[in-house]
Amino acid sequence: MTELTDLTIAEARKGLCDKSFSARELAQAHIEAIEAANAALNAYVLPTPEWALEMADASDARLAKGEGGALEGIPLGIKDLFCTRGVRTTACSHILDGFTPTYESTVTANLWAEGAVMLGKLNNDEFAMGSSNETSYYGVVANPWRREGSDATLVPGGSSGGSSAAVAARLCMGATATDTGGSIRQPAAFTGTVGLKPTYGRCSRWGIVAFASSLDQAGPIARSVRDAAILLKAMASHDPKDTTSADLPVPDFEAAVGQGVKGLTIGIPKEYRVPGMAPEIEALWQQGIEWLKAAGADIKEVSLPHTKYALPSYYIVAPAEASSNLARYDGVRYGLRETGSDVISMYENTREAGFGTEVKRRILIGTYVLSAGYYDAYYLKAQKVRTLIKRDFDQAFAGVDAILTPTTPGPAFALGEKSGDPVEMYLNDIFTVTVNMAGLPGISVPAGLSSEGTPLGLQLIGRAFDEETLFRTAQVIEAAAGPLAKPADWWSKAA
Amino acid sequence: MSVDRATVRRIARLARIAIADEEVARLETELSGILDWVAQLDELDTSNVEPMTRVEAMTMKKREDVVTDGFCADDIVKNAPQVDDHYFVVPKIVE
Repeated sequence: MTELTDLTIAEARKGLCDKSFSARELAQAHIEAIEAANAALNAYVLPTPEWALEMADASDARLAKGEGGALEGIPLGIKDLFCTRGVRTTACSHILDGFTPTYESTVTANLWAEGAVMLGKLNNDEFAMGSSNETSYYGVVANPWRREGSDATLVPGGSSGGSSAAVAARLCMGATATDTGGSIRQPAAFTGTVGLKPTYGRCSRWGIVAFASSLDQAGPIARSVRDAAILLKAMASHDPKDTTSADLPVPDFEAAVGQGVKGLTIGIPKEYRVPGMAPEIEALWQQGIEWLKAAGADIKEVSLPHTKYALPSYYIVAPAEASSNLARYDGVRYGLRETGSDVISMYENTREAGFGTEVKRRILIGTYVLSAGYYDAYYLKAQKVRTLIKRDFDQAFAGVDAILTPTTPGPAFALGEKSGDPVEMYLNDIFTVTVNMAGLPGISVPAGLSSEGTPLGLQLIGRAFDEETLFRTAQVIEAAAGPLAKPADWWSKAA
Repeated sequence: MSVDRATVRRIARLARIAIADEEVARLETELSGILDWVAQLDELDTSNVEPMTRVEAMTMKKREDVVTDGFCADDIVKNAPQVDDHYFVVPKIVE
């Protein structure tokens, strides 16, 4: 018999309806998997087994009456950036030590309203600033995947590294994540999972710890394209509490899965063939083109001439907005406080002790580019470059329905391999960050294995509020690539 | 170097982050490295380009000017490191 933890959300939904197993059994199977795995993987910073069982029992009661929401009894992991009422939420920063929200983020409230079960809070880079989950105050997360013939620990990507590792290692059926420059799609690519960043405004940002407000979006990480569609349907909503939340109906994303790509035109941006691109990434991309062609799509070259300016402009906009958002952590209203001789030195000492190296670096850059006399040269300039990037996409989408690119320049790297030079780490987001700058939706879907035996992903970029075309197209790649082998379990300690 | 040590100290002061003397040299190199790298944006002429302010054309939402939340002082001070009744306590500001 298939292990309960191996089921997809779609399969579990059916099993719960058929009464093949209960929500409690499903939750219990995941709780045991987390207990056996977390010491090695560190995907969860706070497992919440009591909450899970209580919520699962409530789901069983509703299912017994023939009731229940779209995610009734489905156990999920929640990135530690989402505020959860009564459950510690720290954004994996020391400065939010012990913070226990008295309110619930809109996205998680939507999930609970549909009957989902919370397994716990997932690790991430501190304040979502990182591409490897190495900046978390709670320590690094191990990727369940390893290079063939090696037991070196690989990073799970970041910032949603706990989410991607937990989904890949079967420690939850799906997870919430957030994406400011690639933080859903890059970890999904590194772990052989599906990750979707919705259009800016599709999911409410209310109750999510803010990093860069004009870029942040919540989205799902799951083990299949269908599961990601099921999750997004539940997560998305129009929320009057977030003025940038889009007042648009939420489509039935799952209905798009399986519609195929016949009649669609897929764009291939020539500027994404970056110098020094690994031949296997190039080959994977070509393979993706062949799959979509074979499924009936037309392929067309497109040009996105401002691509190379996306990352440098991102590293102005994101730190600038972060320096402003993180000004609230002052040791007064929540979290850590260090003493000082006066109020200013109390602030300075608290922030010195509470923020990690990468977060401080970004706050300082952000403070610099917003400081008197520099605003026009940096922030305003970068916002103008965003207009050019957006215009490139608008012109491309006049002739194509979606754009296909690699998700990352390479497969998962080893711990410490890229943490020496900040700019080298930033370059990991080169293919994903353009999408945030333009506010568009993007999905990463597993497409094969690297020469090292680790997962690689392809990215599809869509028109604003057209996630449906991404689900349609990603499912074709998923079907053509075939199921990825499950990573060999080296992480569970014997029961 | 785009930023010197005095600038690092000034920025850290503005950002309200205490930095040790030995960190200043490292930050001078790192911040300069990042700023030199973003300087490639100078290649672009943006004099006739509007800054991006939204993804899709969308009117700013407005609502009735009425109280929708509040009366929850207990919740608001619940996570504070130091409180006195419903007040946040900080080091003395005015002599």
